[in-house]
Amino acid sequence: MPLGRSDKLPVASDGDVVTVRQRVRALAVEHGFSLVDQTKIVTAASELARNTVVHGGGGIVEIDVLVEGRRRGIRLTFRDHGPGIPDLAAALRDGFTTGNGLGLGLGGARRLSNDFDIQSTPGDGTVVRITRWR
Amino acid sequence: MADVDRIPIIKMGEFLLVSIQVDMHDRLAITLQDDLTASIVKNHARGVLIDISSLEIVDSFIGRMLANIAAMSRVLDAETVVVGMRPAVAITLVELGMSLSGVRTALTVERAMDMLRESLGSAARQGSVDAARPE
Repeated sequence: MPLGRSDKLPVASDGDVVTVRQRVRALAVEHGFSLVDQTKIVTAASELARNTVVHGGGGIVEIDVLVEGRRRGIRLTFRDHGPGIPDLAAALRDGFTTGNGLGLGLGGARRLSNDFDIQSTPGDGTVVRITRWR
Repeated sequence: MADVDRIPIIKMGEFLLVSIQVDMHDRLAITLQDDLTASIVKNHARGVLIDISSLEIVDSFIGRMLANIAAMSRVLDAETVVVGMRPAVAITLVELGMSLSGVRTALTVERAMDMLRESLGSAARQGSVDAARPE
């Protein structure tokens, strides 16, 4: 279950992507994540935040700390109201890109997370949720 | 970290040295890529050293920038060596799906300088052999 209220940040610009990275890093340090786990969740956050800006036309991220027995997790939920993703399976494949990137964003973020969930409705937007447990 | 709009490029003889000390936003990474290629041409540089020991993450965007700089410098007859990647960054980068296969790396600046001098030295020897060969 989530601990406290979620932290909501705008994800609409290059600068916001940096702010999201820094906020996630601070939280991961505060909750005792190892250096490698910190790096993984921050990198995943960076990929998804960039997707929100570039493909989603901007949105928000909700940052939650989860407690389940003795384990703790950081959950990030990115929401945008962009065009949505018509073919999710294709979008998750490495190398698939509609922008000018490498197409590692979604698949990479999934590999760097413990839990990964994506919902997208063409014309309505996309919600990507990841959790990394300590 | 301080908000900067440019990463300084330092000229050291035939080499250019870049030390990335800030959490780069994407535009800053693109600016660095452009500045560096212009600087290679302007200074006739033969090598580029990029120190990333301060970087806490390298995501696909920054990884692509490093690969682009390496490829562009090669086309401009200069070698690029990326120096000082942190272990956690290396682990994460590979898991992300980037192996930076076209990018030479070194753990320390000293080792990177040796690598650049070695490749310049062997290129120079190769050049003199070619020059000495009769037409």
